[in-house]
Amino acid sequence: MSSAAARGLAPWRWLGLPMLAVMAGAFLFALPIRVFGVSLPEPVFALPVAFAWAYIRPSMLAPICVMIIGLYQDLLWGSPLGFWAVCLLLPYGVVLGSRSILAGQSRLMMWVWYGAATLLALGAGYLFTMLNSQNAPDAVAVFWQFLATVVLYPFADRLIERFEDADVRFR
Amino acid sequence: MSLRDNPLGELRVPLTWTAGIVFIVVLIASVAILLSDRRETFDTDQYGNPRTLSDKVMAPVGDALSTPGRLTGQGVEGVRGYFFAVSENRRLRAELKNMQQWRDVAIALRDTNERYRQILGLKTDPPIPMATARIVTESRGPFAHSRLANIGSEAGVRPGNPVMSENGLVGRIVGVTNGASRVLLLTDAASRTPVMIDRTNARAILTGDGGPNPQLGYLRGTNAVRAGDRIVTSGDGGVLPRGLPVGIAVRGLDGRWRVVLASDKAPVDYVRILLFQDFTQIVDRAGLDKVEPPPPTPGASTLPPPPIEAPAAPAGTPTAPTGAAPPARAPAGAAPAATPPASNARTPAPKTPPAKAPPTKAAPSAAREGAP
Repeated sequence: MSSAAARGLAPWRWLGLPMLAVMAGAFLFALPIRVFGVSLPEPVFALPVAFAWAYIRPSMLAPICVMIIGLYQDLLWGSPLGFWAVCLLLPYGVVLGSRSILAGQSRLMMWVWYGAATLLALGAGYLFTMLNSQNAPDAVAVFWQFLATVVLYPFADRLIERFEDADVRFR
Repeated sequence: MSLRDNPLGELRVPLTWTAGIVFIVVLIASVAILLSDRRETFDTDQYGNPRTLSDKVMAPVGDALSTPGRLTGQGVEGVRGYFFAVSENRRLRAELKNMQQWRDVAIALRDTNERYRQILGLKTDPPIPMATARIVTESRGPFAHSRLANIGSEAGVRPGNPVMSENGLVGRIVGVTNGASRVLLLTDAASRTPVMIDRTNARAILTGDGGPNPQLGYLRGTNAVRAGDRIVTSGDGGVLPRGLPVGIAVRGLDGRWRVVLASDKAPVDYVRILLFQDFTQIVDRAGLDKVEPPPPTPGASTLPPPPIEAPAAPAGTPTAPTGAAPPARAPAGAAPAATPPASNARTPAPKTPPAKAPPTKAAPSAAREGAP
């Protein structure tokens, strides 16, 4: 066994870099670019990362990173401050508590679980918006964002495959 | 006693528990931040330092990153214009021929309007200065629809200023910093805009819901709106000027009246920010209160009942003049006296009947000096 493999996994590799990638992706998709006259969709890039972090292992830094991403999205998208932090932390907590159920599931079932986590995040957003503005958001618009976010599961799968077994202390 | 002998030295807290505790603490902190946010206010202080700072940072970055896309779009438009120049020329000639007839009609109508205004002593809205800005980032999700423009307080932009594209109203400013301003779109779930149906003058509140077509709420009257009616701002409340084009009324799939926004006709990349203030803020309030209200029309059926005559007042006691304002208005006249009048404000013309009004020029507006 090499000395690098025997070391623990550095947080910046499985937390820092994905967080920066999410921030960059969200910013790029917030640019006013139209492709063939159509605006880009607005997926929640943070959800695959939050899902994967909760599944890979319990961590004290991960929820803080989820909150930072959420606050960043609020500042970028102009939503109430703390809105996306709460919407992301809720599925993170649910997945964190369900790790024993999720262990050993097939990829398809994990995708279904990820869809449920996305639904929980957007459902919480729907509820908060309704309470904040006394007006129900458009369900069709919520559905489109759900669709654009659900197709991002391969990114979560890649993170899980890459880091689930990467730390020798958790083998 | 060495560390190894310390009974607490071997104490290990399970990682799952510590992670769970940190998660709960972070969740509580996030909920506290969410509850303390005040997005609905127009006050820049309430907009918050984090937002101001992030907007200031994001605006130049977004501007730089969107430049390749913008230049590519301009290049594609240039190539398209080159290949379709002949057909475009033919179309423009036909349009010009049509427009020339309308120009004559417009000139005649403008002259007539000016004469009517002079005769009636009508006070029209002052011209509104504006500033042009470029959109550098935008959010299109169901929970927030806003855009970041690349000019801010250095150009005189203030919270509440309306924002327009070349086709119609886009939204209003909700946050300003130096070099950037945040535009809340009409489609945002928190957006409420007083509008009216151009054909019937019926009032409504345009309510965004995160979808492309905001709803017409609080619509009053029967048959107040038909599909295809033009929707414009009503100016009620003084936040927006009257008559800005908003869109066309359509019946939604859910049976509600909605609006196809005029600004959706073309990509909103450049916007005009109207440096508009509530007109009641820029007139001389103290001067307005000194203006004698007009006497009521004798014999009108809508007159309030005459006040009960008080017993003979002692000499020297001031009595209310005939046709004075109702008692409820008296305190309102005293309150604005504490407010210092605007330096360039002028007293507007009293609302006297046309026969008594001097047929001179209209009352001077309180537009800012130097306005275009």
